[in-house]
This record gives sequence, C-alpha cells and structure tokens, in this order.
Amino acid sequence: MTKQDIRTAFIEELVAIAPDIDPATLGENDHLQDDLELDSMDVLNLVTALHRRLNVDIPETDYPQIATLARAVSYLTARVA
Amino acid sequence: MGSFAMPSLGADMEAGTLVEWLVKPGDEVHRGDVIAVVETQKGAIEIECFEDGKVFELQADLGATLPVGAPLALILGPGETEPESKEPEAPAVAAKPEAVPAPATAGNPEAAPGHFVPDKPEATPRPAVAGEAKAAPGPAVAAPLPGGATAASPAARVRARELGIDLATVTGSGPAGAVLLTDLEVRNTAAARAQTASPMVDMRKAIAAAMARSKQTIPHFYLSETIDVQPALAWMDARNADRAPSDRLLLGALFVRATALAAAKVPSVNGQFVDGSLRPSERVNAGVAVALRGGGLVAPALIDAGAMSVDETMAGMRDLVFRARAGRLRSSEMTEGTITISSHGETGAEAMAGVIFPPQVALVGLGAPKLRPWVVDGAVAPRTVVTLTLSVDHRASDGRQAARFIAEFQSHIASPETL
Repeated sequence: MTKQDIRTAFIEELVAIAPDIDPATLGENDHLQDDLELDSMDVLNLVTALHRRLNVDIPETDYPQIATLARAVSYLTARVA
Repeated sequence: MGSFAMPSLGADMEAGTLVEWLVKPGDEVHRGDVIAVVETQKGAIEIECFEDGKVFELQADLGATLPVGAPLALILGPGETEPESKEPEAPAVAAKPEAVPAPATAGNPEAAPGHFVPDKPEATPRPAVAGEAKAAPGPAVAAPLPGGATAASPAARVRARELGIDLATVTGSGPAGAVLLTDLEVRNTAAARAQTASPMVDMRKAIAAAMARSKQTIPHFYLSETIDVQPALAWMDARNADRAPSDRLLLGALFVRATALAAAKVPSVNGQFVDGSLRPSERVNAGVAVALRGGGLVAPALIDAGAMSVDETMAGMRDLVFRARAGRLRSSEMTEGTITISSHGETGAEAMAGVIFPPQVALVGLGAPKLRPWVVDGAVAPRTVVTLTLSVDHRASDGRQAARFIAEFQSHIASPETL
C-alpha cells in the first residue's frame, strides 16, 4: 500500500464522518478537533474505520499522531508497512 | 380503532411534513413499529406506532405539511371491524390510484376526532371517502384529456398548479404514464432542498422556540460540583487498551451511565413536568445532546439507559449520534427523554449551566476535562477534573434532591467499576 493509498483512505474515511469537509480544501496541518471540529465520538469512529480498512490498530495513546492529515499519513504508513 | 395523528416531537414542534409511508392499508402493525417518516425542523424523524392493530386507511398525502394532531392514518385494533361508512366497493374509491393516498379530509368525521381542518379544503381534491362521493367527480385517471394535456391524477394536477410545475415535464409512473402525486413530490422535494438549502435556519428556529419556552416557564436553579475523574479515566484507559476501536469507551458514556444510575435514585429529577405537576419516570431515558456538524443540536433519548451496562450505553450512544447526524431518529427518542446530559467533550469551557429541555425537569451539564491542582490524600497533585452543573426545575424539586443526585453521580465516577 503506497503513501498515496493511505492518504486517500484517510481522507475518504474522514469525509464519511464529516461530509461537510471538502477534500480539496483540507489542509495538511488542519487539526481534527481544533480546526475540523471533530468531537471525541468522531475521532473514535475515524479510528474504527481506519482499523477496519487498513487493519491498523491505533491505540488511544497514539491518537495525537493522527490529529492532522500530514501526521496521520506518516504514522499510518509506518504502521502498515 | 385509533386515529393515528401527527405527533408532537418536541415542545417546539407545530407541524411536520410527511415524507414516507412504511405501511399500507391491510398491514399488521405493532406498538413501536416505524410506520412513517416525518420531516421536522430537526430533521427526518421515524414515527412509531403506539398500538397493535391493522392499518385501515392512510389519511395523509406524501409531501403534505400537517399540524400536530392532524390525522395520518386509521388503525383498527385487534378484533375491530371496518367502519360501516367505508365502502371499499364504491366506484370512486376503486378508481383511486393506489399511489395517491387519501389526504386528510375535513368531511370525514370519524377520521378527524381532533376536528382538524385543512387550510384550504377546497384546494384539496379529495379522493372520495365513502359518503362524500359527490365531492369526487374526478375523471378516470388515465383518461385522455382535452387539448392533448398530460395525463395526471386530480391530486397531482392541483399540486402541480400549486408548485408551478408543468405536468408535461414530469415523468409519470401511473397507469398509461399518468403523473401521480408521488411523481411530483419526488421532483418537489429535490427542488425544495436545492432552493431553500437552509435547514440550519429551521434548526435555529426550533432551538429558539424550545429554549425560549424553557426559560420563560421553567424556574431553573443550578448546583455545581467539580469532580476528580482521574480514577474513571484510568479505569477506562486500562479497559480500552486491549480492545478494538469499535469496542472502546468514551468518557461521555461513563457520564451517561452515572447519570442513569443517579437519576434512578433521585426520582424528582427524572421525569417530565406535564399539566402542572411532575410525572416521575420509572425508567431513565437519558437524553444525549448531540452537536450537529455545521451547527445546531438534537437531544435524542437513550431509552431505558438505567437497564444498560456501560458497554451497552456506549453502543447506544454511538448509534444515537450516527442516526442523529444521518437524520434518522425515532419519535420515541424525541419525546420520551426523562433527563438530558450535555457534555462538552474533550475541548471546551470548564463549566456549562444548561437550559432544561422541556418537558424534562433536569439537565446535567458537563464541562471539558481540565488538568488542575487538586488535593489528594492531603497533598496537592495535578488531577484531571470535570465540573458538573445540574440545572433543575424548581417546580419539581429542591436543592436537597439536586445535591443528592450530584453525590450519587460523583460516587459512581469515583468507583467506575460500579458503572
């Protein structure tokens, strides 16, 4: 799975949870909670969806590492490999 | 026999638009079955039946906006027979295309016990209910029309005029391609969504009405307590560590569970204030305030939260949040709440004194967790604390009961294994 695949997966799952987010304007460093206004239930649903899709278990202590698109892609790439 | 009416889905609701029927005449229905979908200011709500029986007649048109109390359907109870005045073999009825359910009719007394009168009865072409055949001179639906006009049902014809839709531009699904009411509604709903595109305006109006009514009629008082949630967080983190994400708990689930347990112990904060007095509830139906993306909120109830484990509470909340955002809540969830929990989540202010959701009598407001210096075993230590503010209806209870609720809540959060 390439970095691009992971990026696509993350964006798709994020938009499934928050359909008002426009992938075209999503910033690399937009913070899930501070900028995109996801709440804790949304974050948990995103983690659940990524677990299902990429088979990557993200423990709670690692949630900060998926808090932005840029961070999530590098974290998930390392975990999937 | 019961006339199934447009329910009130909240203190603020005056009318709703019927958007889907999930039953048809002849269907058996049971208490709790979803029989229709109504669009309200707070989104689409699945309407549940509250009795067992058999659907005799649908009395409202798809797309019709009807006031609370307007008849939607006639449901026969077990053993009941069809009302005599209804003669299914009446020609006018037989000619009625099935896709055009009878609209609520003012001239149909047994179906309108609430004396509901449509705004413009004369503008509503009534497929004849027996006894008023004279009101239905309607031509056979698929009959050729003068001047090469498009074939359409009478109801569709009137509705098209109201909506300013040219029938010739609509693809009919009726006999011989006749345009039926449902064909227009499909078109109209899409058009209305595109045109108004402001469900937020409606949502704000609904919130404004409910909150203004609450503050005008409910004498609120507030009690606050800052609670050390460190033991609960530690317990939850340990539990979540070896669980798949789909089985993990959130602090919010612990708060809802603690509320359900505490409310069960303090009946004067759990119930609804109706007709001048508190009706305490045996069950705890925990309303969960759900913020909607883009603004606004709804507070559907987790029915019988008192009987749930903490994991069931979490699963129930996930389901409620999902359906609240997808716009598929049920009528019972909108009307049967007995106490509401409004939690700020992980980020936000440290305390919130909320407005009670009428006709309930209490609301649990929870601020965001904050790291604060705290005295633990005689020494100051950094601890994660949450401030609970209980808003209470003074007509229903006093400070003593409110304090007892908070003490119960706190003891469960301090000993999370009791949740």
